[in-house]
Amino acid sequence: MRMNKRFTTRRAVMKGLASSAAITLAGCSASEPPTYGNVLRMGDWLTYNAHRLLLPRHSLAREYDLRDISAAPAIGTTDPSDPSQGGFVQEFAEDYARFLHEGFGDWRLTVEGSVANPSSFSLEDLKRMRSRTQITRHACEEGWSAIMQWTGVPLRAVLEAAGVRSDARFVQFHCYDAFVDGIDMLDALHPQTILAYGMNGRDLPIAHGAPLRVRVETQLGYKSMKFLRGLVVTSEFDDNGPYGMIQNGWSWYAGI
Amino acid sequence: MSNAIESPTPQRHALWVRVSHWLLAFSVLTLAYSGFYILLAHPRLYWGEVGNDLTPALLELPLNDNHRPEAWQQTVTFDALANKPISASRTMEIFNQNGWARSLHFLAGWIFVVAGAFYFAFGVATRHVWRDLWPRRGGSYSLLQRWAYTSVAFGLLPFMVLAGLAMSPQVVAAFPVLLDIFGGHQSARTLHFFGFVAIISFVVGHVAMVVLTGFGRHMRAMIVGK
Repeated sequence: MRMNKRFTTRRAVMKGLASSAAITLAGCSASEPPTYGNVLRMGDWLTYNAHRLLLPRHSLAREYDLRDISAAPAIGTTDPSDPSQGGFVQEFAEDYARFLHEGFGDWRLTVEGSVANPSSFSLEDLKRMRSRTQITRHACEEGWSAIMQWTGVPLRAVLEAAGVRSDARFVQFHCYDAFVDGIDMLDALHPQTILAYGMNGRDLPIAHGAPLRVRVETQLGYKSMKFLRGLVVTSEFDDNGPYGMIQNGWSWYAGI
Repeated sequence: MSNAIESPTPQRHALWVRVSHWLLAFSVLTLAYSGFYILLAHPRLYWGEVGNDLTPALLELPLNDNHRPEAWQQTVTFDALANKPISASRTMEIFNQNGWARSLHFLAGWIFVVAGAFYFAFGVATRHVWRDLWPRRGGSYSLLQRWAYTSVAFGLLPFMVLAGLAMSPQVVAAFPVLLDIFGGHQSARTLHFFGFVAIISFVVGHVAMVVLTGFGRHMRAMIVGK
């Protein structure tokens, strides 16, 4: 699920070709994702805009029965406090280890950026909000899939509680495994986009992103970020610097 | 077959045929190449909606070590559920070049769709499809050639687009019927793979016939028109 750090010759050549071609998209302003003057990103840009233009808004991803729930691999970071894993950052690891030890009692989800009331929510606060349970298919970019049941609070409810400002266009997810990625407001307000604290009828297991992860059912699995730390609502597209998935060659838009 | 080999004069190809032929050839080969790299991350095929390393495969393709990764630990069971599903953590890093491969696949996919629509529109408007490709006797192509061209252009390639779309989370949310048509996400992926094998077989046969019946002549016909 996470990016491969080995930098192959082929990819280096691709990047070289892309930058030497210096193709930039007409009408692709700095606030428009993805922002890259990269040949490979042109297809991503077309796909994103075609989906937003042509597909009905907020169609629901298929939901399944309890008996359809399948075995499900846990990949990428499966414990942010483990120094041997990708995405390990000392500061986050110490915090995460402490939360883990205390059963996430002190853990908070911060919500900031283009919101009227920057706030932070405990796990109990989130569980008191309205909840949604859905049995959906996780499609990993690697090619496999799994069906799991998720219980959580709709992201919309959390955004409403913080009072999203009218200039808000993206929601960025900051995580304890140091990754940062985001989605646009259309996916953020999708009824099935939830912040899940339960999986298959029990608390979200550590390997699957405890205490809280995103579920974005209209995109590939890597957009359903695990180990949430905070949300930042933005009015401009942000590639999230070295922590952004797109820096490693991964498409920002994964509804493909 | 002998008909094709003895074919005295190759077709004179109109400019729009030549342009769309090369755009389609370029995009299909790029799709095949990038698609193969996407497959390498998980060379296991399944049937139905679900398939992963913790479920049995329909077909394991021994292309690299990823088809049978052994290193899993910390198994979690969900005993409260009737079928007792499990989860486990992967402890090894797999070969995965899906970042650039997927973006290249979709870039080529857009070129393919635009060139294909252009070809289809001109092919129907100029009666090229009926005159030269549709399976019937007469004209400069044999019946077998006509069957091959028609089934690839109007059967296999559109099928590949649909099977590809059936793997898209955003598209199947809007059109869940695609999942029903292909029998699920993993079935669509498996059929997409077999479609790739069929396309590669066609390309090999097509290029072999071009070489056998006068490579220079055919290339000239498809590049400069005669």
